[in-house]
Amino acid sequence: MISRRVVLHFPSKLIDQPIISNTVKRYNLEFNILKASIAPPEGGLLVLELQGGKKDVQEALDYLKALSIKIENLSRDITRKDDRCVHCGACVAICPSEALVLKQTNWEVEFVADKCVACELCVRACPYAAMEVRL
Amino acid sequence: MQRTIQEINEKIKAGKAVVVTAEEMSGIVKKKGVAQAYREVDVVTTGTFGPMCSSGMYLNVGHTKPRIKIGGGTCLLNGVPGYTGLAAVDIYLGATALPEDDPRNKIHPGEFRYGGGHVIEEFAGGKDIELQASAYGTDCYPRKELKSWLNIKDVNEAVLFNIRNAYQNYNVAVNLSDKAIYTYMGTLKPKLGNANYSSAGVLSPLLNDPLYRTIGIGTRIFLGGGVGFVSWHGTQHNPAVPRTGREVPTRPAGTLCVIGDLKGMDARYLRGVSMYGYGTSLGVGIGIPIPILDEEMAAFTSVGDEDILAPIVDYSTSYPQGKPDILGEVSYQNLRSGRITIGKKDVPTGAISSFSKAREIAQVLKDRIAGGDFFLAEPVERLPGKESGITFKAFQERPVER
Repeated sequence: MISRRVVLHFPSKLIDQPIISNTVKRYNLEFNILKASIAPPEGGLLVLELQGGKKDVQEALDYLKALSIKIENLSRDITRKDDRCVHCGACVAICPSEALVLKQTNWEVEFVADKCVACELCVRACPYAAMEVRL
Repeated sequence: MQRTIQEINEKIKAGKAVVVTAEEMSGIVKKKGVAQAYREVDVVTTGTFGPMCSSGMYLNVGHTKPRIKIGGGTCLLNGVPGYTGLAAVDIYLGATALPEDDPRNKIHPGEFRYGGGHVIEEFAGGKDIELQASAYGTDCYPRKELKSWLNIKDVNEAVLFNIRNAYQNYNVAVNLSDKAIYTYMGTLKPKLGNANYSSAGVLSPLLNDPLYRTIGIGTRIFLGGGVGFVSWHGTQHNPAVPRTGREVPTRPAGTLCVIGDLKGMDARYLRGVSMYGYGTSLGVGIGIPIPILDEEMAAFTSVGDEDILAPIVDYSTSYPQGKPDILGEVSYQNLRSGRITIGKKDVPTGAISSFSKAREIAQVLKDRIAGGDFFLAEPVERLPGKESGITFKAFQERPVER
């Protein structure tokens, strides 16, 4: 099972079609809508979390691309409030992508936003509410 | 030849005291030996920062006109209930107290975003908090309701009073089950997915004075950024656990009860904590100076992470069921490397206490002492030692049949 968070830009010609429904059925995915806006002249925007088998998620994204939906990764939506972080390291072993690292020099937790997969595990694991989700 | 605390204080006054942190002391002793380190160093500073649940503050909010007897009534501070079983306007608020309407773990795991620890952080930080009190009314205290903003600068006393802090060593928490668990040691991933520890190791106060030779009742300490004192041994103080050759306990052992003026503290070192699925707490910063009275104290304060062993405990079964079994022992040197081996499994480590904050506290305390702003206090009583006969009792449950 993997989880991917993506931003989908729908061309306006597609907004009357049940594309997400088709996608999740065809590739056996679970989805969670994080943000949605539909404005007919420009098309639609959907921020979506897709969960499923690794291959299924990839094929689903390929299918969406083939329908001329523009896909962006949502990888920078987790931010750290530095005034809240005490650099304990409660998040470090929880982070699946090594985006949070306890540096052995100054013993501070470094947040490498590029490696973040926005799984949000750290948001819950942080005792000081330092990790924030932003959309 | 012994050095006395009085002599050290005279040196501090003259600006001549040599003060180093516990981390620096380990290096000095390694390089120069115990005898030379004793000659050179007067004071070693320690530090620790982590969630300490048995923490709280008491307030005397002053008398209203007409008077109200909150004692025996109810009170809420920013919606979090305080303890009112005291005199008219004395209130105690504990770190783990939760608003009555917090859903707790009704939908498990709960978030516990706000509780007593957060109120203490905000109050210490000078923010107005909302006091809401109700009373039954008496002839001498007729008022029955009170709703008002409250600021730390307006109350008579605001005192941090923590009945168990600064654990001497602690468990390393793991999860052997096949689902994630949410504990006071953080989120533990299934099947040994991670191992969380909580001690400042080399910098930890009681690990640098393992037999409580200098830290006792009356010891002046850095507490939450201000000044505090050791007022008693902490609850669950358990000195008679197994120890290494250099007297370092290999299980959670001694604890401290501490007290200090909240008005002189800094919210940087008192932080509200939300443990997902567990509850709220207060992150407390404590630093304790250790006088190097003799060579033995120089040797004790030279303790390194490699000398400190902690027990690995399964928090899915052993801990909740109160079973004593452990999965092994591991050194802080290994824990802080980021990975440990349990059985044949390579397990990533995480920490609940902050080493960088512990280091900061030891450094601040060092600067205060070297700068003549902080003097050492002679303890008036020793804490119970390993020979005291004090043991850690489990609850003696006796069914109530009437």
